[in-house]
Amino acid sequence: MNDALPPGATPALSSIDAVEQGLQSAGYIPSRQIATAVYLAQHLQKPILVEGPAGVGKTELAKSVATWLNLPLIRMQCYEGLDEAKALYEWKYGKQLLYTQILKDKIGDVLGGAETLPKALLKLQSFGDIFFSEQFLEPRPLLRALQQPGGAVLLIDEIDKSDQEFEAFLLEILSDYQVTIPEIGTVEALIAPIVLLTSNSTRDLGDALKRRCLHLHIGFPDAKLEGRIIESRVPGIETSLRRELVAFVQQLRTLDLKKVPSVSETIDWARVLVLLHAAALDTDMVHDTLNVLLKFEADIEVANKQLATLTQKARQEAGLPV
Amino acid sequence: MQTSEPLRQFLQAARSAGIRVSAAEGIDAARAVQVVGFSDRTALKDTLGLVLAKTPDEKHLFNECFDLYFKRDALTQEDPDITPDHQAPPAQGGASGEGTGSGGGSSLSQMLADDDRVGLATAMEEAARESGIQNIRFFTQKNLYARRILDRMGLRQVERDIDALRKDGASAAADRLENRIEALRDQARDLVERNLLLFARGETEKFREELLKSARLSNLERRDLDRMRVLVRAMAKRLAARYAKTRRRRLRGQLDVRRTLRRNMAWGGVPFITVWKQKRIEKPRVMVLCDVSGSVAAMAQFLLMFLYALNEALKDIRSFAFASSLIEVSDILEAEPIEAAIAKIMHLIGFGSSNYGNSLADFEDGWMQHVSNKTTIIILGDARGNRTNPRTEVLQRMSQRAKRVIWLNPEYRSAWGTGDSDMFRYAPYCNVVTVCNTLRHLERVVSDLLKDAA
Repeated sequence: MNDALPPGATPALSSIDAVEQGLQSAGYIPSRQIATAVYLAQHLQKPILVEGPAGVGKTELAKSVATWLNLPLIRMQCYEGLDEAKALYEWKYGKQLLYTQILKDKIGDVLGGAETLPKALLKLQSFGDIFFSEQFLEPRPLLRALQQPGGAVLLIDEIDKSDQEFEAFLLEILSDYQVTIPEIGTVEALIAPIVLLTSNSTRDLGDALKRRCLHLHIGFPDAKLEGRIIESRVPGIETSLRRELVAFVQQLRTLDLKKVPSVSETIDWARVLVLLHAAALDTDMVHDTLNVLLKFEADIEVANKQLATLTQKARQEAGLPV
Repeated sequence: MQTSEPLRQFLQAARSAGIRVSAAEGIDAARAVQVVGFSDRTALKDTLGLVLAKTPDEKHLFNECFDLYFKRDALTQEDPDITPDHQAPPAQGGASGEGTGSGGGSSLSQMLADDDRVGLATAMEEAARESGIQNIRFFTQKNLYARRILDRMGLRQVERDIDALRKDGASAAADRLENRIEALRDQARDLVERNLLLFARGETEKFREELLKSARLSNLERRDLDRMRVLVRAMAKRLAARYAKTRRRRLRGQLDVRRTLRRNMAWGGVPFITVWKQKRIEKPRVMVLCDVSGSVAAMAQFLLMFLYALNEALKDIRSFAFASSLIEVSDILEAEPIEAAIAKIMHLIGFGSSNYGNSLADFEDGWMQHVSNKTTIIILGDARGNRTNPRTEVLQRMSQRAKRVIWLNPEYRSAWGTGDSDMFRYAPYCNVVTVCNTLRHLERVVSDLLKDAA
């Protein structure tokens, strides 16, 4: 299964293990499933739709793939009201206007020789669509991703925030890696970019979009994986503290909270603890820094009530003396 | 692209488990499997999960289905030599064959006598395939299929062998064979059961759900309530997704001069881009008055559940419960999960005898000032006030103030106006009066509510 790479595939993507190691070298610790998804995306030439709660590393995945493969990352943030003009291309109206003003005088020279109106028109037509050529085209993220000579990683962030019409508009680019510009024609990708779409599931995406994508759901990592992620992201942290804080966060996630802490919050918290020179978790320290992990007053209250038991349990699970 | 037989069967199993697999996704799966191969189970599971299952629910179903399906193959794969035509296409809906199936009668006796478990398992799998086990749909077919499988394996021949043995006086050998056959029967039933789970679960569930959607909500059994809740949530989510989007409608041909100029500032106000006037569409504000006295309570529960699941598509929702008098219950419903909230409300006020006139007057005294010309009032009740004064003039005043009044009555139209029903007295002051006693009715009412607001 290592041979028969499609043309244009990077040799770095030769197996699932290679992908796993590659992403690790870029500082992203993937689960086996994530590595499989990236591997398949390249071999089947399909976009990946990444769903999952906020802060589990959806956007980070795209960044890491780009760093690892040394490809430019082109990011498009979606929002309500995003349209073609902002996503694909726009005509440089200002430049067109300016050029017509400057070239006004030249028109006389060009058409000077023509005696009759039809002849002048004929002459004018021979210049073609000067004002609607690539020079006056302002490429937006989608078009830029297709035009990159060495390929690119295209990140379409929070696709669920965009309108349904925009989602439909994306279908052409996602399945064929090409876009149609009425004035110019169809632009095809030089090298098919690696496309990642992320979604927080604020609304259900259309079936047509889902059908064209590999669907990757990233949930919260288990304790082991989270420990490795912290190790890679916060290198200065001691092993015992790391285990303890991961065990603590894992427990916190089982509570009934409005918003459970995500991986990004765990990383932030680890950084804070390192900054404070903490050697181990104690109740006061956790109490003071809990606002890094929990973002709602009500959640902090819920957690505060059980702080002592939680820290104790975390110590137990980390295999430390209580 | 050639889809291999095991994959094709797995896709069928996945579909009946309730995962929506389109033909294109089937092709993708085949391509992906070609890249990854069958050898690594975890990689295969990850791969197919990525290609086929597209929602968290489907991921869950997929994991179950995958494990179940490949557990099935575990036995036969221990000894690949014995399965030369392992991938032969199965006969569709095979007739219950008499006698000498794949293994041949005498060889089955032999295998039983030798206690050749691998051989037996293989033969059984094969017989199952030949008898078209993947077409099983209902649990009532279990015995039929078990019988077919055993027949195909050559059970009749074994029975004849046993008779022959007894005639020859070797009753010990005959008893042994009989015991083994019993064990074989159990295994066959087991196999059929697994396949029923694999291939038919989705179908039965679908059938059941369709039934529930049009069942009268007051007749529901307790054990169906959980399933109903799931259904209600799914319906509400679909409606919310459909109507939460289009909050603005473009007015054709009316230029918004101010915004056009603003938009085109960059090129000296020359209007390259035109901006059209838009009409903002308000999300509906809803006030729900639910009769929670005995007869209507079940319906009230589902209406409230529906509306609260719709939260994002509604601007403001306030709910009231009444029996002999009326109280506001919005706080309870917001603070607690719906099931607990409803139990609490019932405890507070439910199960009394209803007094509509009194309750409407309570509403007018306490909350009438919050009713505006954007409010939709939904009243759910059978309009049976136990011969108390209906106070229709209160409803008239409510109707004048509100955008509209919708009355949902769980009783059939033929029962309106009979006995103590005041439905026809109230009807003139309502914009809509409709029968509502199944989930389908409920969906239609809520859908209309959202549509009219749009």
